Amino acid sequence: MTEIPEDLQYTEAHEWLRRRADGLVEIGVTDHAQSALGDLVFVELPAVGRALRAGEACAVVESVKSASDVYAPLSGEVVEANAALEKTPETINQDPYRAGWMIRVRPSPQGETSPTLSAAQYRRLLDEQRR
Amino acid sequence: MSPTEPTVFEIGAPGRGATDQWPEATPAEALDDLPAALLRGSRAALPEVGELDAVRHFTRLSQRNFCIDTQFYPLGSCTMKYNPKACHQYAMLPEFLARHPLAPDSSGQGVLACLYELQEILKAATGLAAVSLAPMAGAQGEFAGVSMIRAYHTSRGDHARDELIVSEAAHGTNPATASMCGYTVRELPVAEDGDADLEALRAAVGPRTAGIMLTNPSTLGVFERQIGEIERIVHAAGGLLYYDGANLNAILGRVRPGDMGFDVMHMNLHKTFATPHGGGGPGAGAVAVNARLEPFLPVPLVGRDGSAYRLLDERERPQSIGRLSAFAGNVGVLLRAYVYVRMLGRTGLRAVGEHATLNANYLLARLRAIGYEPAYPERRASHEFLITLRREARELEVTAMDVAKRLLDYGFHAPTTYFPLLVPECLLIEPTETESKATLDAFAEAMARILEEARREPQQLRSAPHSLPVQRLDDVRAAKQLDLTWQAPAAAPAPPSG
Repeated sequence: MTEIPEDLQYTEAHEWLRRRADGLVEIGVTDHAQSALGDLVFVELPAVGRALRAGEACAVVESVKSASDVYAPLSGEVVEANAALEKTPETINQDPYRAGWMIRVRPSPQGETSPTLSAAQYRRLLDEQRR
Repeated sequence: MSPTEPTVFEIGAPGRGATDQWPEATPAEALDDLPAALLRGSRAALPEVGELDAVRHFTRLSQRNFCIDTQFYPLGSCTMKYNPKACHQYAMLPEFLARHPLAPDSSGQGVLACLYELQEILKAATGLAAVSLAPMAGAQGEFAGVSMIRAYHTSRGDHARDELIVSEAAHGTNPATASMCGYTVRELPVAEDGDADLEALRAAVGPRTAGIMLTNPSTLGVFERQIGEIERIVHAAGGLLYYDGANLNAILGRVRPGDMGFDVMHMNLHKTFATPHGGGGPGAGAVAVNARLEPFLPVPLVGRDGSAYRLLDERERPQSIGRLSAFAGNVGVLLRAYVYVRMLGRTGLRAVGEHATLNANYLLARLRAIGYEPAYPERRASHEFLITLRREARELEVTAMDVAKRLLDYGFHAPTTYFPLLVPECLLIEPTETESKATLDAFAEAMARILEEARREPQQLRSAPHSLPVQRLDDVRAAKQLDLTWQAPAAAPAPPSG
């Protein structure tokens, strides 16, 4: 069964967002995404300091099946990237919502964000796609 | 057949080989002008085997291969059709084989006449104004095509166009080509019925649109029915239309990209025109353009003055995007395509498209009756079609990969798996026109038995293949720890004395 934590926000492109107490937003790909991609063999992360525009491709996850872009769900600056993933991309398969986080972003003051979904809305989206 | 074949390094022994054909010694002065840093310090680790052992080794390896001459090969979007032997035979005539690429045009009128006629035939087949045979692969054809789009906008001083629209179902080469040519990719979503999302297209086009790259029929195995409207939207915005010819086989002789409004395209001669491929080529990615892009075609082109043929280069084609290789494309491949189109003629080429489509629709109907789920059940297949195993994955924990691997046990090459990714657990199946009904039926029967196995003994599928020299490979390890270099094993410890 796909895991969808209640306390996160989601995008239609299967990214998750965690709004942290320190104001940073942590971003990764969902359990559904990692399961659909299969075993990951390569992860490319954006450079720390890069300014992201909401909706632009900011990372790549590659599995034995395919390579997919990860889209920035909001505008802001990359403050941290989970460099450990470059050596052990399988962490995303094993623990997509915790150890498998990809980047931490300081949202831009303009607050530009792609539309996000609640856990319930994201679950409905997956159910529709399974039909 | 033995389960493992040693590498060529492991079957020889030092000193074994055709040593009497070696040069007696390397004259020392031959190395005089090489910098010391470039000289090797130890002997190269070359295999040393007798000729017969080498012949047997490589023949055994070749017998383990799945290939179009031994097996049904329904690899979707790759068009693994039969390569008629006559094409090879004529391309191997010594007059073609022995011609030096730098020989003057006057001594190669025969080969130039063949290439000129191939250009003319491809013009007629695509409905476009001019053709260059220079690109040496499909991806290079794409690169040439999009470079011409860029050259066209630049020649008009239209420098604001920095975006290319690419369907989310596109071949991976499309966005890669766009990036290589300096464009930003805008992804065009696909609607539920498999056609493009026109609202999204209208929202995406504008003064930054350089063009759109489309495959029609698409990689979803359906014909884009709104192509007329797409053409109006993109052209009205000042963009050009690029046709990815990977799926041209489906429409050959029926619909021409030029008539659909495309400005530029590449053809995979190694797909549609039956030249050999797989294993990396050599390919041929001829490009065709309409009149407004003609000045930019890559050189050389083959021109004709009266009855004399000659290669046209940068001097006569000053606006050309230039050369893609040292010579004039993969001439040996082009000759095979030429023989193929001359053998088939206009009616034969039309029959290719019709039979490719008929075979795909027949196989789709059979697999559907067996219980497989078409990805687009409302749509007629083009030359290929998609089935999805999402239900089997959910209920039986059997994946598209498991079915693909099990097919190998039944003697069939697997279809394309997991492409396009927007259809979960998919197999993309393309039988091509050269398969008989008996072969299609045999494939359908194997698929029926596999579905039965999935229900009764799914482990048979999960651990397949069982009957091949190599069993299920660890794809993840192969991707992460690929090691293709043979190394001599450490010397065995000397046996204890005494």
